[in-house]
Amino acid sequence: MTSELANPQTLSALDRPNSYIGKAVPRPNLDRLMQGRGLYVSDIELPRMAYAVFLRSPHAHARIVGIETSAAKQMPGVIAVVSGRELSTVVTPWVGVLSHLKGLKSAPQSAIAVDRVCWQGEAVAAVVAASRAQAEDAAEHVSVKYEELHAVTDMRTALDPATPVIHASLGDNLAFERIHDAGAVDQAFAESDEVFEAEFVFGRHTGVTLEPRAVVADWSAAEAKLTIYQGTQAPHMVQNIAALHLGLKESQVRVVCKDVGGSFGIKVHIYADEMATYALSKLLRRPVKFVADRVESFNTDIHARDHRCRGKIGVKRDGTIMAFEIDDLTGIGPYSMYPRTSAIEANQVVNLVGGPYVTGNYRARARVVFQNKNVMCQYRAVGHPIACSVTEGLVDLAAMKIAMDPVEIRRRNLIADDAYPCASPSGLRFEQLSHHAALAKLVQMMDYDALRAEQAALRVKNIHRGIGIASFIEVTNPSAAFYGVGGAKISSQDGVAVRLDAQGSVICQTSITEQGQGSESLTAQIVGSVLGVSMDRVRVILGDTDNTPYGGGTWASRGAGIGGEAALQAAKVLRKNILDVAAVVLQSTPSELDIVNNAVVNVVDGAPRIDLSELARIVYFRPDTLPPGIQPELMATRHFVPRNYPFAFTNGVQASWLELDPDTGFVKLLKHWVVEDCGTIINPQLVDEQIRGGVVQGLGAALFEKCVYDERGQLTNANMADYLVPMSGEMPDIDVGHVVSPTLESELGAKGAGEAGTAGAAAAVTNAVNDALRPFGTIITEIPLTPQVILTALGRI
Amino acid sequence: MKAAAFAYVRATSVENALELLSVHGEAAKLLSGGQSLVPAMNLRLVAPELIVDIGELTELRGVAVKGEVLTIGALTRHADLLKSREIAAHAPLLKDAVAHVAHPAIRNRGTIGGSLAHADPASELPACMLTLGATIIARGPGGERRIAANEFFVGIYETTLTPQELLVAVELPVNPKNSTHFFHEFARRHGDYAIVGLAAQASIKDGRFADLRLGFFAVGDRPLLAKSASKLVDVAITPAVLSEAASALDDELDPLEDQQATAAMRRHLAKVLLTRCVSLLLARSDLRAGASA
Repeated sequence: MTSELANPQTLSALDRPNSYIGKAVPRPNLDRLMQGRGLYVSDIELPRMAYAVFLRSPHAHARIVGIETSAAKQMPGVIAVVSGRELSTVVTPWVGVLSHLKGLKSAPQSAIAVDRVCWQGEAVAAVVAASRAQAEDAAEHVSVKYEELHAVTDMRTALDPATPVIHASLGDNLAFERIHDAGAVDQAFAESDEVFEAEFVFGRHTGVTLEPRAVVADWSAAEAKLTIYQGTQAPHMVQNIAALHLGLKESQVRVVCKDVGGSFGIKVHIYADEMATYALSKLLRRPVKFVADRVESFNTDIHARDHRCRGKIGVKRDGTIMAFEIDDLTGIGPYSMYPRTSAIEANQVVNLVGGPYVTGNYRARARVVFQNKNVMCQYRAVGHPIACSVTEGLVDLAAMKIAMDPVEIRRRNLIADDAYPCASPSGLRFEQLSHHAALAKLVQMMDYDALRAEQAALRVKNIHRGIGIASFIEVTNPSAAFYGVGGAKISSQDGVAVRLDAQGSVICQTSITEQGQGSESLTAQIVGSVLGVSMDRVRVILGDTDNTPYGGGTWASRGAGIGGEAALQAAKVLRKNILDVAAVVLQSTPSELDIVNNAVVNVVDGAPRIDLSELARIVYFRPDTLPPGIQPELMATRHFVPRNYPFAFTNGVQASWLELDPDTGFVKLLKHWVVEDCGTIINPQLVDEQIRGGVVQGLGAALFEKCVYDERGQLTNANMADYLVPMSGEMPDIDVGHVVSPTLESELGAKGAGEAGTAGAAAAVTNAVNDALRPFGTIITEIPLTPQVILTALGRI
Repeated sequence: MKAAAFAYVRATSVENALELLSVHGEAAKLLSGGQSLVPAMNLRLVAPELIVDIGELTELRGVAVKGEVLTIGALTRHADLLKSREIAAHAPLLKDAVAHVAHPAIRNRGTIGGSLAHADPASELPACMLTLGATIIARGPGGERRIAANEFFVGIYETTLTPQELLVAVELPVNPKNSTHFFHEFARRHGDYAIVGLAAQASIKDGRFADLRLGFFAVGDRPLLAKSASKLVDVAITPAVLSEAASALDDELDPLEDQQATAAMRRHLAKVLLTRCVSLLLARSDLRAGASA
């Protein structure tokens, strides 16, 4: 199934005349967005709408002694000042656990803190006023008396008996622990020629979206209905949870999600302040808007990574990797996030370490601890960058030990391309991966040998460049195995309804959502291709629980693979229905007819027989002319979920080429390459840009991004000047190539591509930095690789 | 992230602005390009009662050369400096420096007067003023005051300007013939505030510095015109001489620690900059070989 075509233009299964599959067609929503006609939640204004501002705790851990609101209530424009206790009459607390993550525990979390705050930035009161500015003015007049409590901030000591327990009812600060042991690890290490150990440290960082989290909640007491306009990745999940905690039926809640200014996993969770906004609307019986500002985004948008992972690798002198062992520790803040939980990242690390390689000897422990910092949860490429950095770091360091080329050690250990189906040492099942084809293509794209020669020549001139390689696997198209089996009402299936309307154009409703990935485009491309209709006749509707089929949304690289297949199957049914009625009208048979360029044509000679618009006119306005008993169905709905494999794994490999200045510790990224295999490519431009965007977020983690907390649990860089996001000036050119191994779970064959870039970028950069550092006899296993970190490792400061 | 309520007035003339300042004193803030003031207001770090917008005082905008003096109006924007032929011809150091000031959107609005009056020790232009021997011209209730750049900056965000004074212009001596310059800064990303930066101006005769002015920034609470430069003037530069100058520089620095760098790292990078500057200005790559400081 594996082909090495760079960007396949067509695919046999979908190789229809004028197919849009595999073509870089422009996104249909571009003009609308470019001309400022997008509808972001931040743009929404409703009659009688009020603005909520949250007063947030300045302390990482404190008892709330008292809240004095009377002065604030007198301020101009103020509608209400609401404490956590008052709001708890409208909304119930929640606990972020899933039953399949055995032993995972967390404490009840309230929409607004009651009695106690557990991180700097947790809301202690809401001020609702006629404008955001008035609410901010009034918030300055709410006085809260705190009694500071000991803040648990260092994950390394969170489990010490001397450290206070954040939630007494839980008994300790351990949220989750997973232990995995496969093969014969001790024996494998004993038989190794070299064993290498290191501690890998990952900075806490976050996803910085262009549009912050935003919600407008509109409780209509007259209809007993709550409409939530929210920038979310999963509208049906929001509907379910809002209903559950506000004491409503799901039918009383409608979630509308139009344009979303970036998400990256940040907007796939249920945040306390969003729940509070729904509750405030119900309490005050009017629309309430909350748009997080940039500072509170840094303090409350989920953070991610923040792992310390000890890793160990055993290797034979011939390069055979004998075993991997890891001990991972991560601190997730005071609560496990709801409803997807904060144990998933550590769980993924255990799942993914060693994943590309043959060895079956693998032992892992992961511990997830509570601390008084902002909540942590799933952000783009959950767990992947940790697992990839540890695995690939260990592989490179092992190669260094036995003086083997990094490419060669991978060639000798990556799972063979003809070995599938098979399973990883952690038990993950792989349908079809292409590690060797991908590595071969990468080596060719980067002209590896020439680059090594250039590196050697420059070293003589005291110019220190490095090459880093990182193979990776990526979890995509998740089935119910992710959340559903653990009891979360997060759908893993998606649905698409397609109809031919009276003018011969196509309306398509899908349950996947759009945050800029191109969900609208890929849906229109698939539907247009299958139906034989030009894309400009296909309108895609998404992001509305009242008006789309029920489904999961867009996250975990699932939109194209799952939602795309549902679109394909729905369009196939509609196509059949159209041809059935066309055959009647044309006194032909469906098998003799096809649809091309918006018209029914003869299969044999392609001669046009009837325009779709004319056929639709007959069906909708002159059904009396159809023979008796003919009832055309020009609308079809199909749902899809993968059933054979819990996840459609993809694979790929990245490489970084960079220059390190040993005098300054600065790293200049010169070039980055990615070869990945996401199966069928629907829109190569969208896929490549997804990869590039993902790489840039990975490069941010590698060199720039870190939420810096002090020992008292204060986030000290919650602004865009001090929290460094990667910017275009520092980004290298990123070349993207593909290997195509379609999944056989679906007719479309598409796997996900949204997280591949982020999965391996930091690992490639770290390996390249260590390659550049070779002459200096030091290695670094900590990101971000700041000048301070590098100069310190070099002993220059 | 909305500013606290404030009153706003657009000054119609310098006299009008001064009048408003003398009436309102510290309760008033001057709005020039607004690139530091407005974010600070939106973060509610400052909450002035009155904003005096001087943006329309066109007489304060522009670059002029008269004899040996280059005058830059306080409202001249960074983008204007970057495009100005007079600056390129008579103060090329300044042109190089401005390219490092933030990003185009900020350079389109930010002004030289605003930057100098704001006196961020990590920003580029204050150090350039020291290096270029600028005179800062302020007007206040008592008339015009001329302040030498090396007396103007007195601390973090602190200058000798009084709340009643308005910075109206800076004067620079036109670049002497045969002078050369060096500008570089270390920043995590292009456009960020520097971790350490150096604005240098020199004249070179027979492979030696006849004059050398080294304006360091982000190495303390204000820009620093390094006295240790004198150790490099009128001598044959050897690695030993350079190393002695570097350790003299070390004594002059009083760097702060922040999230980007410890004080030790700033000291280290300042010495790297010194070495690179000297090696580049004298076209002596041999000096750089031992640059590891």
